[in-house]
Amino acid sequence: MTTTYFDHAATTPVDPRVLEAMLPFFSECYGNPSELHRLGRQARAAVDEARAQVAAALGAGEKEIVFTAGGTESDNLALFGYLARRQPGHLVVSAIEHPAVMEAARALNRLGWAVDFVPVDHHGVIDLDAYEQAFRDDTRLASVMFANNVVGTVQPVAALARIAHEKGAVFHTDAVQAVGSLPVDVVELGVDLLSLSGHKLYGPKGVGALYVKRGTRLQPILHGGGHERRLRSGTENVPGIVGMGAALALATEELPEVRPRLERLRDRLAQEVQERIPEVTYLGHPTERLPGNVAFSVRYVEGESMLLQLDAQGFMVSSGSACASGSLEPSHVVLALGFGAEEAHGSMRISLGRENTEEEADAFLEAFPPIVDKLRQMSPLYVKG
Amino acid sequence: MYTDLVMDHFTNPRNVGEIEDADGVGQIGNPVCGDVMRISIAVDDKDHIADVKFKTFGCGAAVATSSMVTEMVMGKSLQEAADISNKAVAEALGGLPPNKMHCSNLAADALHLAIQDYLVKHGREADVEQILKALPKDHEHSSH
Repeated sequence: MTTTYFDHAATTPVDPRVLEAMLPFFSECYGNPSELHRLGRQARAAVDEARAQVAAALGAGEKEIVFTAGGTESDNLALFGYLARRQPGHLVVSAIEHPAVMEAARALNRLGWAVDFVPVDHHGVIDLDAYEQAFRDDTRLASVMFANNVVGTVQPVAALARIAHEKGAVFHTDAVQAVGSLPVDVVELGVDLLSLSGHKLYGPKGVGALYVKRGTRLQPILHGGGHERRLRSGTENVPGIVGMGAALALATEELPEVRPRLERLRDRLAQEVQERIPEVTYLGHPTERLPGNVAFSVRYVEGESMLLQLDAQGFMVSSGSACASGSLEPSHVVLALGFGAEEAHGSMRISLGRENTEEEADAFLEAFPPIVDKLRQMSPLYVKG
Repeated sequence: MYTDLVMDHFTNPRNVGEIEDADGVGQIGNPVCGDVMRISIAVDDKDHIADVKFKTFGCGAAVATSSMVTEMVMGKSLQEAADISNKAVAEALGGLPPNKMHCSNLAADALHLAIQDYLVKHGREADVEQILKALPKDHEHSSH
């Protein structure tokens, strides 16, 4: 059976060119970048080069990039690192944040911070009026994700950052899904803090970065030897950092070719799924969305059962159903878009990547309608024969 | 996360459908919770289950437990069927992941409701308590 991987928003394969760049740093150039000898200097040079690659891809300065262990740590460093220096006040986040921001905000709330979760519209775009009105005199930080991992909606980040600044707050964006898939320039966006992750852009797992705009003062959340300009102690994950730098350089170089191709594939899948299967709701924004994200809800059918049936035929997708998420709650994102629990349980996500082909889309479009039909025939909720 | 037997029942579910003019029908669950199971039974004159079918909206575990319970009770007496618990169904499948034990493991409850429906429809209310010692409790999953 062939494997068709349609789950790039969960993780991506390490690009062979990235792996090749990483390999020497496991058992040949294995020095600790903090050491002054030749092996240490080699490792330091490699970390510096990766930092330059990440900075260049984001339009940032090299001193503004802090390497972390991944997107979750970057988000936590942004929120806790910025707010822990300050007296508890207020922060603003969107209702559709990734758990890395959502749960960090809830943890801050338990420490005495007031939190407002700003609603989104039916397409997943943040309500700008509600966002603006959410700010208070003591609002220190706003965090709104660049692009949503479930429904793919891209937010008007530059406008959100501008509003936050007008209100005297700093602005953080979780850009884990966006970096590598969309052009991201921190200067154009005007953001103060931006999180990214290596394994979402054909780099390795276990490495990420936080862009920290010059002048934005953070406190570390990991204390120790003072690595990463004192912001993130711990011996650098040299192979991972090298891989992330190489991966982001490649993704940036190939983006002008990959993006339009994925958008065509995305729009074709979205359209044909809706044409071939009755009672399917396309989730997210029709145009302002990640190039590879196709999300929909299939009525009368539960998401995990679709996922498992597709898996049995070699297609790897994701679902926002309670069962598939591992918790007992359906996707908070689909619910925040104003859909009911039933629609959330029936939600499914395809996330395309640069190795996906039209032929794979053809095969999916052949395989999927009979699966939905089979599950609907099995469903006591399905009324038509 | 699922045993091979769960996956087998999920991908090749047994006894899918609805019995026309069923002697008893039981439904449990709620689409808001993500699981709805409906079981219909035909009962012969010796109080044995002559046929049983299911329809289920839900995850892999919900479908597999529904399929398994139909296989377990086919041809069995009402009393034998009534004595099968949700836990026994899960055990017959080689176990379920812990987070599936509550919401998605209600197939025996649906079957018990079908038996109750049969008894009540046939004027045997008096037998309900005796046969169904452990009727499914009314809880948040009940759609009744």
